[in-house]
Amino acid sequence: MVQLPPDLLNPLMWILALPLSGAAFLAVVPRWRQAAWLNVLISLGTFLASLALFSHRPEPGNLLFIDDFNIYLVVLTAFVGFTTAMFSAAYINRESKSKRLSPKHLRFYHAMYQAFLFTMLLALTANNIGVMWVAVEAATLTTVLMVSLYRTREAIEAAWKYFILCSVGIGLALFGTILVYLAAQPVMGDGAPAMAWTLMIKRASLFQPELMSLAFAFLLVGYGTKVGLAPLHAWLPDAHAEGPTPISAVLSGLLLNVALYAILRFKMLMAVNPQALQPGPLMIGMGCSSIFIAAFMLYRRGDIKRLFAYSSVEHMGIMTFAFGMGGPLANFAGLLHMTMHSLVKSAIFFAVGLITQATGTKRIADIRGLTASQPLLGWCFVVGVLAIAGLPPMGIFMSEFLVVSSTFERNPLLAVPVMLGLLVTFGALILRMTGMAFGEPSPLPGLDIGKRPSAFTYSVGMLPMGAHLLLALAAGIYLPEPLVVWFQSVAKMLG
Amino acid sequence: MSLGHFAYSTAHLIGATVLMMGFGLLYQRRMTAVINTYSFQAMALAAAAAWQAYVQNAPHLYATAAIALVFKGMLVPFALNWLVKQLGIHRTVETALGIGPTMIVGVGLVALSIVLVLPVTESATAMTRENLALAMSVVLLGLLMMITRRNAVTQVVGFMALENGLILAAVGAKGMPLVVEISIAFSVLVAMTLFGIFFFRIRERFDTLDLAYLETFRGERQ
Amino acid sequence: MTALLWGIIHTWLVVGFAPFITGLVRLVKARLQGRRGPALVQPYRDLWRLLQKESLMAESASWLAHLAPYLVFVAVWLAATIMPTFTTDMILTPAADLIALVALLGLARFFTALAGLDVGTPFGGLGASREMFIASLGEPAMLMVIFTLSLLAHTTSPANLVIFVLAGNVGLEVSVGLSLAAMLMVAIAENGRIPIDNPATHLELTMVHEAMVLEYSGRHLALMEAAAMTRLLLFMSIIVCVFFPWGIAAAEASLAEVALGLLAWVVKVSILAVVLAVFETLIAKMRVFRIADFLGGALLLALLATIFLYVSKAE
Repeated sequence: MVQLPPDLLNPLMWILALPLSGAAFLAVVPRWRQAAWLNVLISLGTFLASLALFSHRPEPGNLLFIDDFNIYLVVLTAFVGFTTAMFSAAYINRESKSKRLSPKHLRFYHAMYQAFLFTMLLALTANNIGVMWVAVEAATLTTVLMVSLYRTREAIEAAWKYFILCSVGIGLALFGTILVYLAAQPVMGDGAPAMAWTLMIKRASLFQPELMSLAFAFLLVGYGTKVGLAPLHAWLPDAHAEGPTPISAVLSGLLLNVALYAILRFKMLMAVNPQALQPGPLMIGMGCSSIFIAAFMLYRRGDIKRLFAYSSVEHMGIMTFAFGMGGPLANFAGLLHMTMHSLVKSAIFFAVGLITQATGTKRIADIRGLTASQPLLGWCFVVGVLAIAGLPPMGIFMSEFLVVSSTFERNPLLAVPVMLGLLVTFGALILRMTGMAFGEPSPLPGLDIGKRPSAFTYSVGMLPMGAHLLLALAAGIYLPEPLVVWFQSVAKMLG
Repeated sequence: MSLGHFAYSTAHLIGATVLMMGFGLLYQRRMTAVINTYSFQAMALAAAAAWQAYVQNAPHLYATAAIALVFKGMLVPFALNWLVKQLGIHRTVETALGIGPTMIVGVGLVALSIVLVLPVTESATAMTRENLALAMSVVLLGLLMMITRRNAVTQVVGFMALENGLILAAVGAKGMPLVVEISIAFSVLVAMTLFGIFFFRIRERFDTLDLAYLETFRGERQ
Repeated sequence: MTALLWGIIHTWLVVGFAPFITGLVRLVKARLQGRRGPALVQPYRDLWRLLQKESLMAESASWLAHLAPYLVFVAVWLAATIMPTFTTDMILTPAADLIALVALLGLARFFTALAGLDVGTPFGGLGASREMFIASLGEPAMLMVIFTLSLLAHTTSPANLVIFVLAGNVGLEVSVGLSLAAMLMVAIAENGRIPIDNPATHLELTMVHEAMVLEYSGRHLALMEAAAMTRLLLFMSIIVCVFFPWGIAAAEASLAEVALGLLAWVVKVSILAVVLAVFETLIAKMRVFRIADFLGGALLLALLATIFLYVSKAE
């Protein structure tokens, strides 16, 4: 795969090489200010390379490939990676002023950030299911130390839980991968071709059904742990809440998507094999329980980041439910939801990061009246919460509406718990939001004279959030034609 | 006895040794004994990989065997012993469930994996099926060890035992490409390093590696 | 005719050779510990001496305490005749059954424990309760091992089992390996060797078997000691003849083959005795509450052996 000139034009190579070399480079850059801007620059490069995929789609190889499913996910990941890098630059600026993070930590942070992006992009573009597994495992490993970056008791506990639970999950997913290989090997021969997804999907109908069913059970539990499906979600709220906010944003917005993508790749293999276990009911069950558990947990949260982490659990539950339902409409809805959720959730975490820096606290009870004290931030926050709660005309409303209507169409009884869950979530989020956004403003120690950020830093921090929300709004009103075509073709493959 | 049957019996025997070591891990009460048992398990795993390399005519599995022997049989136990000494943690293992009941649950898990795997793999060769049943048992025993131990170091050893089971399954699968096995080994190594870092951080913050103290926070109890 | 002859020789062999084995174990242990140790025939001398001494019983002893040594000795002797040693062709072979062997050993243990309780001393009770605790775990383990072997060979007769193993139908079976491991652990427990019980201890609180025979003297003690020695030889015989039966003479064998079988058995049992002595020297005695873990492990190994039988049968 590493030949010369033809591959220099292969955007896939750039997409992977840039973050990897960036990580190595950032590990040695001593001054964090330079490192932060380099981070942004490298992420921009990756994003531009991913845009090149639209015009020049490379041929699928044995290790890497691009098809309708992962093309927009790659672009989305690179985009959110870029905007989060921008936000991170502003955020870190303030954090280092409050002396919470030493320069050594920051060097490590930036290097791991790029490494994390590399592993996610590798997982998305991997053709070999073994390489996909390795990439997801590496993604876990790169983020574990970042979650415990602040070294508080809560952070260490959160990181340990994250590490152990996700490692066990990944181990089970590896077992499932080996079982899939065992099912593929009699049909496709030995070696690497038997692990290439593009080749497997053509002949998956010949695989032994019982073995595939057993394999999928392991894969669902294994990768499902990383998606945060109940009852395997115990690590998610803590891990997403305790790390630095940019990390929470990429964890919630991107890594959960990558894990779900892995499950869906295997679901596609199962869909081609009619005698194998139908993954639908399993996924519906797990999705429903995620929605419910998350919805009711939202009411009792006192920490703002944990609140939105549970919201992530709920949204991943909706997606899993949609994919479990199957059929063109529900699958389309699930894919749309994946994209919209990434954008809106990361936007919310950007807002949350700025809010916590301004107010100096993470407790919901202590944050009040944001629209009065910080109008721009406050109203962006309101818009973001309304978006994540599923109000029109933002994109998430469209996908949730499609999910519910397709459920009514196929199986009306199932729609009742889903609607109930969505309504409960809506209530909880609006309740918390009104408490935080309106009313008498609370004091803002983070914005006292001397600690106030410069206008430049401030706008760099606000810009990503605004961009994401605008994109979500645009997608809610009008979806570009190529995107619809890709979604529809993938929906067909998902069965 | 033909070579085929002999090969099968030997593979079976080595796999059973790995499983026995898994039980041995559940049985031990002392930290150093746990780490030594894990070391033996890794060496048995290396023997299994080497035998599969010979039987399947797959030279790249010799590399897997060498990695298992050096990394998991020597480096990781050495590192764990060093960590235990550095941390000065108490040498006895705290258990959440008594050793007797744990072993009984372990046997139940072995029976479960045999019941699950054997009907599903009708068409595969006998050696592959047994290997898979044994591997799944080892994975489940590793999981059991993680659940029933309260000390961070023994939880990690349980996790490494789980990985041993996974490698056993991987070497049994005929023709698994080397890149995957190398990557698995590498990720295990990195994971091990991170665990080591974590022990120090936990100890630094909590003054103990008893994980019961780590659960007090439990995602806010307000 | 020859079957009768071999039967008679076998019956006296198991009880006559037993003190020699015990003497060998003690001698090797002594040498390993740096002592000169007793002579190999010392146990014979001890038994002879005890038989000639007066037997004093406590006043509170009932008929049970007087009867028990005879019962125990006969039960163990009978059990020892069940297991073939140098030939499988003996007069009692058709009647022999492994489960009967376990039952006879259980009978012996039952009466030993009762005798320990009978006199009313606290140490007797201590020994009896510990012995029963060990038995409650050791007997199921032994039975599971026998079940595994019987399922493998489709017979519970020890002679047929030996013939089955000799015929080469059993390869490097995992079940057999696990059964061997379990059997070794059970044998250590049943005979009261280190790490379960120290046969040479003089501290009453650490005793298990010795505590139950504390009140005996003279011929009663001689019978109990002989029973213990025979039991040790019996277990060694089981291990040797089931798991390593090469050399044993079959039916219709010539005199030379029988002589070879005898020699093979003597050599194998002696080797096992030396191994036992080395093992006892290397390892320390376990605390009593850990015996449960040890025997539980033996039981689980035996259980796994049975489970693995079904795994390999499923191919």
